[in-house]
Amino acid sequence: MDIMALVNALPGAVAQGLIWAIMAIGVYITYRVLDIADLTVDGTLCTGGAVCVVCMLAGWNVWASILAATCAGLLAGFVTGIFHTFMGIQPILAGILTQLALWSVNLKIMGKANQAINVDKYDLLVSLRYIKDVPFYQNTIFVVAIVIAVLIALLYWFFGTELGCGIRATGCNANMARAQGINTNLNKVIGLMVSNGLVALSGALLAQYQGFADINMGRGSIVIGLAAVIIGEALLSRVFHNFALKLLSVAVGSIVYYLVYQVVIWCKVDTDLLKAFSAVVVAIFLAVPYWKRRFTKPTVAAKGGEKNA
Amino acid sequence: MLEIKNVYKTFNAGTVNEKVALNGLDLTLQDGDFVTVIGGNGAGKSTMLNAVAGVWPIDMGKILIDGQDVTRLSEHKRAKYIGRVFQDPMMGTAATMGIDENLALASRRGMARTLRTGITKKEHEEYHELLKTLELGLEDRMTSKVGLLSGGQRQAVTLLMATLKKPRLLLLDEHTAALDPKTAAKVLALSDKIVHENHLTTLMITHNMKDAIRYGNRLIMMYEGRIIYDVRGEEKANLQVSDLLQRFEQVSDGDFANDRMLLS
Repeated sequence: MDIMALVNALPGAVAQGLIWAIMAIGVYITYRVLDIADLTVDGTLCTGGAVCVVCMLAGWNVWASILAATCAGLLAGFVTGIFHTFMGIQPILAGILTQLALWSVNLKIMGKANQAINVDKYDLLVSLRYIKDVPFYQNTIFVVAIVIAVLIALLYWFFGTELGCGIRATGCNANMARAQGINTNLNKVIGLMVSNGLVALSGALLAQYQGFADINMGRGSIVIGLAAVIIGEALLSRVFHNFALKLLSVAVGSIVYYLVYQVVIWCKVDTDLLKAFSAVVVAIFLAVPYWKRRFTKPTVAAKGGEKNA
Repeated sequence: MLEIKNVYKTFNAGTVNEKVALNGLDLTLQDGDFVTVIGGNGAGKSTMLNAVAGVWPIDMGKILIDGQDVTRLSEHKRAKYIGRVFQDPMMGTAATMGIDENLALASRRGMARTLRTGITKKEHEEYHELLKTLELGLEDRMTSKVGLLSGGQRQAVTLLMATLKKPRLLLLDEHTAALDPKTAAKVLALSDKIVHENHLTTLMITHNMKDAIRYGNRLIMMYEGRIIYDVRGEEKANLQVSDLLQRFEQVSDGDFANDRMLLS
């Protein structure tokens, strides 16, 4: 096995990890902040890519196309939110319904199952080709890192506002939130919108990066998002307590995921098995906190020391 | 101030588990009334509070606060008028958020939540002073997650949250039942102090008859979804636990013996 092949592949893995980090941050907002496992994202990722590519093919500027993609994601999140809050459908099912509908929507947006965009003809923000031999400010790793920094700053501000605090309270304890006059339904919809907006933005960048949008590009992305969240927490939750740093740890988790992925590929593991491998790893990581609670003695804190009240 | 008019609520209607929880309930509270509510399990005490808070729609009847019909108002909109403390200490606070953040959430009850900052520096100082009054040392750990606090501490914080923005009506739903006796007494005394200082109109459920007699200016007893006994003022102050027991025995034909009200 050629170690240089691996080394050469690493920058690409980092770039991919960074692009997926935006998606993972979206998953973090639903899964950790709102306490909803939102499966819409499998469809939204492709929607973002499809809208971005189609807009650019129609001659739109790259930023406008990315913005349009993000708005499409907001809309997808809105639909799931309405399914869940207004129509009373369980969140996981609401997400699956939207995801299914998005399959058709995505095909209609692209007109076919795969829509390519040529990096030589269009002025893309990120691309496979912008990893080496380009000035640093054009380098995909640099560009996406800046985008993530801006997004984390925005989200940190947003979740510190009255509205954002209300969303956090909604996810933590909906009963308490309503008792404090918070419109929990509205907040869930807003949270789902923000999350899916981020996922679509990630999809827009991913489509540019790989040079095409594909109807299957989002399949299983929720698992990758969860993996990034979990890896980030496993590595950094002891040192990162601030909300912004928690989002950063999700980004780190995503990069680590793609680095490991690259190593696995380099080891000549059958790539057909990778999705099964990801699913098993995520399942085990999700089980760890449950096992910990079940098989270890409760700590003093968990018993809630009534004495010192 | 609060008017509950002929309210009915049945859970699981049409099933074997059908339960008539409120059966033509009528109650009117004057401004500043501090009413203690007693009654056996399933008498409809918590159901009454939840109906007032708007947790679910009622089947029939009307609920008015300050003359305004709130019957069809959603729970979060009614919160503008109502402060609540629950039986379960876990229920009244957001465990993953700081003490200060919880208080800030509560101070915006009934207001539009905008993109202004969720907690200002000035608020932070105010909450510091406010927490000092609890004498639990919480003012020194304001940014700690509420999930790290004990049950009693959480109930004390919830009490502050319920009254931080002075509510028209305070609903206390057996809020000391999950605490050990010493802590319960502390939290109860604190509740009494806050209610009196702010002249809050209050409904407090308790299963402790001594507390029901000791606190408040009016006492109501519920049975099968209605109020069967209502005393106030002098008459209430002179009540004995034995009077209440006797009263209950009269209406319930002795099936009272199984009830946990006996415990007190």
